[in-house]
Parts: sequence; C-alpha cells; structure tokens
Amino acid sequence: MPEAGRIESVNEQSLQEPARRAYRAMIMARAFDNKISALYKAGKIFGGVFLGRGHEAVAAAEGVFLRKGYDVYTPFIREQAGRCAWGDSVLETARSYFGSIHSISRGRDGNVHWGHPHEGTLMPISHLGAMASVVAGMMLAKRMQGITDAVGVVCIGDGTTSVGALHEAANLIAVEKLPIVIVVTNNQYAYSTPNSREFACASLADRGRGYGMVTHECDGTDLLQTLETMQRAITAARTGKGPQWVVAETLRMCGHGEHDDASYIPAELKAEYADKDPLDIARRQLLERGWLTEEEAAAWDEESREEVQRCVAQAQKEATPCPQDEQWVATSWRPER
Amino acid sequence: MSVTYIDAIHAALEELLQEDSSVILYGEDIAGSFGGAFKATKGLADKFPGRVLNAPIAEDAIVGLGMGAALGGLKPIVEMQFADFGTLGQNQMCNNAGSHFYRTGIPVNLTMRMPCGGTPGGGPYHSQCLEAVFAHYPGVHVFTPATVADAYYMLKQAVQIPDPVVFLEHKFLYRWLKADTWADPDPLPIGRARIARPGKHATVVAFSAMVPEALRAAEELAASSGYELEVVDLRTVKPLDTDTILASVARTARLMVVSEDFPWGGVAAEVIARVATQGLHLLDAPPLRVTAPDTPIPAHPDLWKAHRPGYENIMSAAHYLISL
Repeated sequence: MPEAGRIESVNEQSLQEPARRAYRAMIMARAFDNKISALYKAGKIFGGVFLGRGHEAVAAAEGVFLRKGYDVYTPFIREQAGRCAWGDSVLETARSYFGSIHSISRGRDGNVHWGHPHEGTLMPISHLGAMASVVAGMMLAKRMQGITDAVGVVCIGDGTTSVGALHEAANLIAVEKLPIVIVVTNNQYAYSTPNSREFACASLADRGRGYGMVTHECDGTDLLQTLETMQRAITAARTGKGPQWVVAETLRMCGHGEHDDASYIPAELKAEYADKDPLDIARRQLLERGWLTEEEAAAWDEESREEVQRCVAQAQKEATPCPQDEQWVATSWRPER
Repeated sequence: MSVTYIDAIHAALEELLQEDSSVILYGEDIAGSFGGAFKATKGLADKFPGRVLNAPIAEDAIVGLGMGAALGGLKPIVEMQFADFGTLGQNQMCNNAGSHFYRTGIPVNLTMRMPCGGTPGGGPYHSQCLEAVFAHYPGVHVFTPATVADAYYMLKQAVQIPDPVVFLEHKFLYRWLKADTWADPDPLPIGRARIARPGKHATVVAFSAMVPEALRAAEELAASSGYELEVVDLRTVKPLDTDTILASVARTARLMVVSEDFPWGGVAAEVIARVATQGLHLLDAPPLRVTAPDTPIPAHPDLWKAHRPGYENIMSAAHYLISL
C-alpha cells in the first residue's frame, strides 16, 4: 500500500500531458465555480449551488484518464473539473443551473444533476450512493456486449461511505469483478458532520479492503500524486484487475452549498486551506518541471474566464421551459384508449 | 393437460430469453440448479449461460444494476425474492429509474418481478402486496395479473414496454390457479381492464388474487339469491382503466372495490376516488371498500384467513351494497 505523499511511478514524464490537461480543466472549473457563486449571491440562480473548491485535482485526475463515449463517469456535486477533463463544456452545467431548454433535463431537474447517459455520464439523483449500482449495471451490459476494456468511475465522498446503497453496490461490484473505480474524496466534512461522527474505522481505505478491492490512497490536493494514483487504479480496472477503491484526502474549501457559510469548520482547519489549494499546488508542480510556462498559465487563466463568461451568458439567454407547453407525462409508453 | 400461473411465468421468461439476446435475469438464488425460491427460473441458467445471474442479498443494488443494464442497452428482468423486500429496492425503482424518463427523455427498460400476496403461514414479511406504494410514484407501470393467460402475456409485454414495470405475481395463484393453456389468441391490450364476469346488480372491481375470490362470490351469490355481480379485473393498477370501471358502474349503479392490500391510500381508495370525482351521478348507493384491516399480516393461518378478504366477505358486502 503506497503511503500518502509518495509517487511510485518511475516515469514521471509520462504524466506531463495528462497533468497539463488536468490543470487546464481545474482552472476552467474554478473559474466556473467563481462565476456561479457570484450569480447565486446576486440571486440569479434558482435552487442550490454546489462548488468543487478543493476537489479539483481529484476530479480532473479522474476525467483525464477516461474516454468520453466509451467509459462511464458519474460526477456528482463537486466534479466540475472532472467534467471538463472528460470533455464536457461548462456550457452544459450552466444550462442545467439556468433550466435552459437545451439542457438534458430542460428545467425538470437542475444544478449539478445532469449527465448524458448515452455518452457515459449518468444523471445523478440526490440519494447518495444510488448511482454506484447503476454504474455496475452499465459495466455488466458492456461486458455482455463484448466490451472488456471500458472502465466506470464512481465519485463519492466520505459521507456516502455511510450509506447502505453504497455498501450494497460496492459488495456487488466486487462479487461480479466489474471494471469499476470507486473514488472516495474525503473532504473531512459531510455537510456539517466531521469524519469523527461519520465513521469509526481508522481509514476509509479499510472499507475498500473489506469489500475485497485493491485500494489506493493519495493526497487529493497534490495533482501529480493524485494523477499517478488515478492512472494506476484506472489502468488496473481497465486491464482486468478487478474493482479498485481510491481514497483521496482533501478539504472542502467552501460550504456544502453556497447557502452554507461552513461556520462549523474550525478556524485552524480553514487556515490550512491557504497552503493546500490544489490549483496553487498544481501550478507550482507544472512550472517547476517546465511542463508549463508562466505565460501559458496566464493565457489559460484568461481563456477560462472568457469561456465561462461566454457560456454563462449563452445559457442565461436561452429559453426556459414553458409551463403551458409541459406535457406532464412521466412514461414513454402510454396505453391506447 | 393443465398449466399453472407459475408455468406461464416460467414460459414467458424462457421465451423472452430465447427471442431477445438483450434480455437478462438478475436476482437472489435464481440461477444454478436451484432456480429461484418459487422455481420461476428453474433450468434457465443452464439453457442461457451467462444471462441468468445470481445476486448478493442487496435489493437496492439489484434494482440499481438493472437500471444501469437497461441504460446500457439490455432489457433486464430483476427479481425480488418476495415483494415485501421490494421496499428495499423501491428507491432505485421509483426515485431513480422511475424519474429518469421525465428528467432526461430516456426511458429505462427495466422489469421488476415481485412475488406478492398472502399465503397461509406467510406472516408479516412474506405476504405483502405493495402495488399502491409503487404506483404512487410517477414513471412506473404496475401490473397485477389475475389469470394464467395474463401472467404469460403481461410479463412478455412488460419487457416490450420501454419503461420501468413492476410485475406483481401472486404467490397464492402460483400453483393454485390452473388453465388449459396460457396462450390467448386475442389478448386485451395492456392498460385495458377486463370484464371477468358480466352482471347487472353491482360492479366488483378487483385485481390479482382477489379476482378469483370475486368470481366465486359472484357465482355463489347468483346461485343463492339471483343477484348478478359484474366483476372487473383491473389487470394493471397503473395505468388504471377508469373508462371500463365507469362504464360498468353506469350499468350497475353500485360499486365495490376489493383489494388484499392495506386500506390506507390503496388502489381501492384510488378507484373509489376516481368514480366519486368522475361518476358520482352514476351511483345509486355509496361505494364500498373491501380490504385487509389496517394491521400487519398475521402468520397463523386462522388469523391470516380472517385478515385476508375472501369470497365470503365479498358476498356479505354485496348483500349490504345491494340492499342500500
């Protein structure tokens, strides 16, 4: 079992290209989060707003190793960077927040609840852990259709590890030996509940071992270490080594949602955020290795701000659903009368 | 030669597997030489290798896997060993699969088989019906076959329909209900209720195992007093064929609804609410509800028999209804 903080890969250079794509996705996600938070505070968003601050390295490291349209990815509330790395535009998330008629749910669902099942991202429900068995079914279908090198990534948090549905699914995935990576992003708080009131095992990696999965641990604020870990886990699942369980430690550098000031998080812990921002760490790592120049980094920052501005403006001016035109039917088949 | 209700289910499953390579079966103890707690899948795992799979005891994950397999292009049929445990799969069926078409425009072709209903000695957790709690949620069809032919035909239809379908097969009918054949050359379309017996003095709406009880009550009432009950078999509680019910009430002017389920918010309450709101003027007497009492289902056969509505309850209720 690798210790947190250690990079096992001998060929660090192979991470250059994924690291650049991951960092670019992280910048885009952060720019989007900043924008959507400002819009929430200005009262421009219906419903909740959920940010991924602190989760960007973990999410981006998932997305860069997946193939859109082939693999299965289940981002949930803090995986915008993963969505960007997977290849989805922030326009799709903006459309979901504004209820655009061009979003998948056309205002029938919203905010981070969006996915394109035929491309491999699933439409989440709010019940934590529920999507894990759905991914199992997707991967079973692929296996039966003769596809053996696709992989499914299930994104959960420390809180979800307490949910019965997740336990049932993780056990089933292990029994069926499905090519699935369950990524537990431990951000220390499930809404307002700290780890100490959420679970009593020494590490959440113990859970993975208990299911009979290969487990991996990493510091989720450290992009290179997280990339190396995720690459190892995803490659293992893709090459028939069975399900993998990744625990990435990070901090939730925001409230549960933007309605929440997270006043329950102790000041000392919040003070640590300054040194642990995954974007700062990633930038430093890429610059130090000469994988990125200051000029490029500044250009990516600027591009991201402009792209977010353009996408949000477009989503904001798109039509929203008309209640008079709504069909109010919940099934595709209806009886003949 | 006669066939039973469970023979019809077994035949439908076998034909579905034979006719469509995307059909798979997933559930507890359904594979191997065992073939399911009620033998509904006996022999199928050998005949269709890799397509009849045993699951761990994890109802939530069984239904969730079914949903994912459906999104992945298969037509899964998942089995709850007893309908009572369907409550553990209900979140996946109702909140996840059931909401999916409305939220995305993509239907989930998932069939959830649930052996339901009371048998002597079944007790509180191997006897429940649960059609009402599933039908409560949008996006889920709920089928409740009451004949051998419907057990066969409606299960095959359940898989053809691209939406989530809860298929409630009644355990009491499994080996008790017999017919010459399950084949019906001209089956009623899904969603249409059936006039199981024509009559003129009162309408009795029933479904699942209450249909044979209602038919027996009607025959005995006709023989003993000359009153003719019209028995309507709902076949599917969702969709609910209000038109056929209202047409029957228009002929008889009296309505009784029989359900084996608990009374609160049940299908009987829904049928009466619809007739009251759409056809109150058709009624010459207040409608009547015959259901189980509002208690868990008792285990002892004597208590169970008193808890479950049977043909005697229906006969005495009919006398009262016609006297009004």
